[in-house]
Amino acid sequence: MSIAIESLADDMYQMIAETQGKKNLKAGDLTKAMIAKHGEADCTKDLCKQAIRLLIDSERCVYSYFGGSYITLPHKEGAAPD
Amino acid sequence: MADDDTKTPLLDQLEEGPWPSFVTEIKRAGTKSPVCGDLLGQLEQSYAEKKGHWKHGGIVGVLGYGGGVIGRYSDLPEKYPNVAHFHTMRVNQPAGWFYTSDAIRTLCDIWEEHGSGLTNMHGSTGDIVFLGTRTDQLEPAFKKLTAAGFDLGGSGSSMRTPSCCVGQARCEWACYDTMALCDDLTRSYQDELHRPPFPYKFKIKCSGCPNDCVASIARADLSIIGTWKGEIQQDAGAIAEYAASGLDIQKDVCDRCPTRCMTYERGTLTIENRECVRCMHCINVMPKALGPGTERGATILIGAKAPIVQGALLSSVLVPFVPAEELAETIKELLKRVWEFWDEYGKNRERIGELIQRVGLANFLDAIGLDPVPEMVSAPRDNPFIFYQTDGDGH
Repeated sequence: MSIAIESLADDMYQMIAETQGKKNLKAGDLTKAMIAKHGEADCTKDLCKQAIRLLIDSERCVYSYFGGSYITLPHKEGAAPD
Repeated sequence: MADDDTKTPLLDQLEEGPWPSFVTEIKRAGTKSPVCGDLLGQLEQSYAEKKGHWKHGGIVGVLGYGGGVIGRYSDLPEKYPNVAHFHTMRVNQPAGWFYTSDAIRTLCDIWEEHGSGLTNMHGSTGDIVFLGTRTDQLEPAFKKLTAAGFDLGGSGSSMRTPSCCVGQARCEWACYDTMALCDDLTRSYQDELHRPPFPYKFKIKCSGCPNDCVASIARADLSIIGTWKGEIQQDAGAIAEYAASGLDIQKDVCDRCPTRCMTYERGTLTIENRECVRCMHCINVMPKALGPGTERGATILIGAKAPIVQGALLSSVLVPFVPAEELAETIKELLKRVWEFWDEYGKNRERIGELIQRVGLANFLDAIGLDPVPEMVSAPRDNPFIFYQTDGDGH
């Protein structure tokens, strides 16, 4: 049975939180990790896409640019003046 | 900014000469926007010190979007407070860059209210580029843009805003409806445009004929270039008029054909159409007399890029000819397979053309399920040493 989008989003969030500051994750990294964790039968690319959308639209995560586009926790931009 | 800093001797040199100057334009815009003085001041300092003072990165979009905003901050915010934040917004241009004057006024009004008022019409990908705003102005500017029927374009590791030439709207040589295709692709891939899913950027450009007015062969990861099958259309009467008006058809048309596929003898132009490589030279020189053939469509090419992480690449042929009416469907099927492969094997910040170079065209074609065809060969091999393996029987 396919995994629920909400729990997929929770798994992704946890992964992002754990790697924050150590490794930046792209949408593709999250998708591959989720498929590896839950198996292709239960976790499709389309489900991962919806989970990422849920994370971003709920503002639990944001897109950031560091030479490429990554998904990170919301943060104060280092470059922004106080 | 101190009074001494308002002097810009180095930038002023860029106003000399007969050509347009961005310095002049920014100074003119300075009568309306306080941002411009600080912008010129910081740029002058950068020129004097030979050092950039922009910090780049971070913010990438409005709520829900992962592209369309390029974050930029000054590293001298105390000295140039009006450019402490100087973000760029990329706005999806209309296909073919057709605007009503009302639309342009609307865009300018929005940007004068929420940004510096400075624009770049258009960026190299084709977007309307709004230069310079503060973080707190991004959402209000976006709200007004969407209310006016505009949307943000692509940036970062997303599909970039597709662009096209004016196509059949103004050009008789367009071999397919570039604007319709560009619009279709833009609407079909909104997710890929606004929510970066790829290892790096992916650009699509649609040119109506081999003149390639949007330079897709040099800059687009997926180039769709109009072409035709069969014979170049000829109008014998118009050819005679060109000759009568003094055009040396043999010298200026036939002798400049790269494959020498045409001759002009005793008032008759003969074209060996099988040898034509669609360079468009003869059609460009005699537009009233010659035209693309009647069976029209496009060639789909892949892998071009300008030099950023690695050097420049030109596109390679992927599908030599697709009839105009089958283009959208064929491209969407191809993109699905190409993106699947790129997703799986692409390295971070590796363009699709670089990936194809790394794994080899043969492997790439095999992975996306296309058979190799002679049109994919850009030039015959020049290395005479061909090594091949023999089986046990010496065959």
